[in-house]
Amino acid sequence: MNKKNTEYLINRRDNQYEVVIGLEVHAQVLSESKLFSSSSTKFGAEPNTQVSLVDAAFPGMLPVINEFCIKQAIKTGIGLNAKINKHSVFDRKNYFYADLPQGYQISQFKDPIVGEGKVILDMPNGQKEVGIERLHLEQDAGKSIHDLDPQNTFVDLNRSGVALMEIVSKPDLRSPDEVNVYIKKLRSIMRYLGTCDGNMQEGSLRADVNVSVRPKGSKEFGTRCEIKNVNSIKFMQMAIEYEANRQVDLIEEGKTIDQETRLFDTKKNETRSMRSKEDAHDYRYFPDPDLLPLEVSEKFIEELKNDIPELPDDKKKRFIEEFKLSSYEANILVSDIDTAKYFEEVVAKMGKNKDIKLAVNWITGELFAVLNSKGLEISQSPVSAKNFAILINLIKNGTISGKIAKTVFELMIDGDKDPQKIVEEKGLKQQSDPKALEALIDKIINENREKAIEYKQGKEKLFGFFVGQAMKASGGKANPQLINEILKKKL
Amino acid sequence: MSDITKQSLTELVENIKSKKLSSTDVTKAFIQRSERSSELNAYITDDFTSALDKAKKFDQNPNLDLKLPGIPMAVKDLFCTKNVKTTAGSKILNNFVPTYESTVTENIWNEGAILLGKLNCDEFAMGSSNETSHFGNVQNPIDKNLVPGGSSGGSASAVAGQLTPITIGTDTGGSIRQPASFTGIVGLKPTYGSCSRYGIVAFASSLDQAGPMAQNVKDCALLQEVISTYDSKDSTSINFKRNHYSKELTKNIKGKKIGIPKEYRVDGMPKEIEDLWQKGIQYVKDCGAETIDISLPHTSYALPTYYIVAPAEASSNLARYDGVKYGYRAKGENLIDMYEKTRSEGFGAEVQRRIMIGTYVLSSGYYDAYYLKAQKVRKLIKNDFDEAYKKVDAILTPSTPSSAFKIGEKTNDPVSMYLNDIFTVPVNLAGLPGISIPAGHDTKGYPLGLQIIGKAFDEQNILNIAFAMEEKINFKNKITDWWLK
Repeated sequence: MNKKNTEYLINRRDNQYEVVIGLEVHAQVLSESKLFSSSSTKFGAEPNTQVSLVDAAFPGMLPVINEFCIKQAIKTGIGLNAKINKHSVFDRKNYFYADLPQGYQISQFKDPIVGEGKVILDMPNGQKEVGIERLHLEQDAGKSIHDLDPQNTFVDLNRSGVALMEIVSKPDLRSPDEVNVYIKKLRSIMRYLGTCDGNMQEGSLRADVNVSVRPKGSKEFGTRCEIKNVNSIKFMQMAIEYEANRQVDLIEEGKTIDQETRLFDTKKNETRSMRSKEDAHDYRYFPDPDLLPLEVSEKFIEELKNDIPELPDDKKKRFIEEFKLSSYEANILVSDIDTAKYFEEVVAKMGKNKDIKLAVNWITGELFAVLNSKGLEISQSPVSAKNFAILINLIKNGTISGKIAKTVFELMIDGDKDPQKIVEEKGLKQQSDPKALEALIDKIINENREKAIEYKQGKEKLFGFFVGQAMKASGGKANPQLINEILKKKL
Repeated sequence: MSDITKQSLTELVENIKSKKLSSTDVTKAFIQRSERSSELNAYITDDFTSALDKAKKFDQNPNLDLKLPGIPMAVKDLFCTKNVKTTAGSKILNNFVPTYESTVTENIWNEGAILLGKLNCDEFAMGSSNETSHFGNVQNPIDKNLVPGGSSGGSASAVAGQLTPITIGTDTGGSIRQPASFTGIVGLKPTYGSCSRYGIVAFASSLDQAGPMAQNVKDCALLQEVISTYDSKDSTSINFKRNHYSKELTKNIKGKKIGIPKEYRVDGMPKEIEDLWQKGIQYVKDCGAETIDISLPHTSYALPTYYIVAPAEASSNLARYDGVKYGYRAKGENLIDMYEKTRSEGFGAEVQRRIMIGTYVLSSGYYDAYYLKAQKVRKLIKNDFDEAYKKVDAILTPSTPSSAFKIGEKTNDPVSMYLNDIFTVPVNLAGLPGISIPAGHDTKGYPLGLQIIGKAFDEQNILNIAFAMEEKINFKNKITDWWLK
């Protein structure tokens, strides 16, 4: 299964270095309310308007677990092919900060809700398996705002207490490309499950990136640095590239790498030391005495398993088998749940005599181009799956040519118009009457006698000239296949 | 009117129900006595004006079906009370007015009672003499310059001094039972999970429990019936079948087996405590119960275990008092400086000591040796009780190793102060119910208490035993009203 991908190596003199990467992804649980309170989690509200007494840690306030968030975490665990732990414990991670009202974050330390799992990545040269170490639930902190006032820091507690899933990978990733595919795969799985919206702009998905380097072929891990809180795939890739090169340079200079936490400066494109191992916080983890250990039954887990939709890997397999798609095509269609949904709806609406290959080409070609140029998601597509399916059928049954179809598609975009009507109203129907076409071709041959003779003498290139003339004469509506056949016969 | 404050809660309820007294009569009487009792320093905050208004309003349309109809009541200042300042005895919360009500006090007001005010206590309930309160020492009504015990010292003093007909305290390691014993009243620490912790300023979450403090066992049972409810807002609240404790109260304890644990006969225990215990054994026998010698082998580890677990939880629970959101804030150069000054100035010495102990025992490198080991020992202590309860229905011990001491006598010796809780702490560690009842006097005439420890959720049984013993003991508290102005 594990085919070797093109290796990402860093070269210095005669030395080659391999990069080892592990990710701690923080994914916001898709949930109306917070992990331990009933406050709303809606993004973009006025500061401090979604804060309960529990979120602001008033005296005597107690956390109560939101069962929905537990279900979401377990579902995600199932999606990651992971072990679900029936017994898990919420711990307190103690540290002081202005946007941490309790003076501790409730997290899971020793006993997470989800244990080991795996994710399959489709790389250009084959598949790669990435191990999942664990998934645990924790509260988000609030937000400190330092740039509103020169003297004061403002604190917004709207995020305080929002449920996060921390998904920790094994150090199995070896390149920025793999990180890209890994994050997209995680995002895809969680969006299929409806457990995280994966919206990186709104901070629903962030990652701490652990990077180390080692001489190619070495089995030992190098000393790692953790780059905190990177919030886009592009920045993750840039940070890894910078950090790996920095570490290699240190080794080449005969220096050692300090295990430390670093920050990625997106403006300067470099990582900077935030704190060393010696300065690391002592978080004084201990089980939160306000919460009993979380026990979930086999039945509870089974019920959630029954609730799991078809996930990208299975969907891909089915698309390949059922629709005879290539692995590449299937990947494109399944990676985003909304694309898969659109495609399946098109397939369903095309009815019996359908051309799936054609539909796939049109989705990944024309439709994606339009979405791209308009900056739209496929869920906001200006052409509905139903009308899209009609268009494909019109091509398939010869009513219009592929070329005309492009014109029709342009017209459909404005207001999701029915392609059938466009064809009728604009008279774009393909001319497929052999007699009419024969007459048209006779006329062209007559008008171009000399060229016809040249063709007969062996100048075969001129065949295209006659096709072009015939198409032109029909206003582009002539059935190109028929034109070919008739021309061959007549010339 | 003067005899109103001498009446028990049960009598007051009867008199209001039979309209012999109005809520206004009763409320006025307790306010007047409270006002004349400033020397005791039992109150941190009074709410007398509002209490009188509520009493008048109650009398206009009295609902006499309630369990505490128009009864005025002061409560420990650890319970958050809506729109009434709640300090936990600390400078750091000196300006804190909650916008919410604790579940336990909510239950009390729902049964018709009226808030008189907030009672003094050790800072964040950390203390055994009420001397750590930011708001000063509380006097024991028994004698001048005598501590009332702690941490519910103001509560004990207020009940013994008849400033309130009854009250509620909280008990983390003995904070209800020890002051009850020092002031000659009844105090019940219910099973962990019986009373909601929602809205109670937390000290040590796995040990804290609210409970009634009363003049007699029947009053105590009635209040327990009111405050013990399942509460979904507290994840450690337990949904079990709760008795109508006062209605089901009986003196018939014939055939009950009472365990006498040999490990509670500690070195250096005064003879008068030993004598009291022997008398107690005789009383339960006189009531028709049987006593059985038992062993709770890990008892001697309870106090050190408690002084790891409780400070560990407290160090984390008190992290929220940082000057950022509410409460006292000192000026600082930057965030860290503000934290340090706020917490150095806002917390008293004992609280700081426990935060430091707690921070230490949770530190990486020490966690296993202290906190983890303490949790294991805690389990062994609980197992001791489980073993014992295979043979007995309840356990009888002294409440404290001595009677009340003088103010200032132990302030410079924390360990000697901590030893006060030696008989009460194992009960909290095991999550069990325990009740202290006044059972006699020492040579100085100071009250001494006996403790009855029950099985989990078996409050009814220990209340019954206490009720039966109470009659045999026939205790009379020696209150001279020396402080009255």
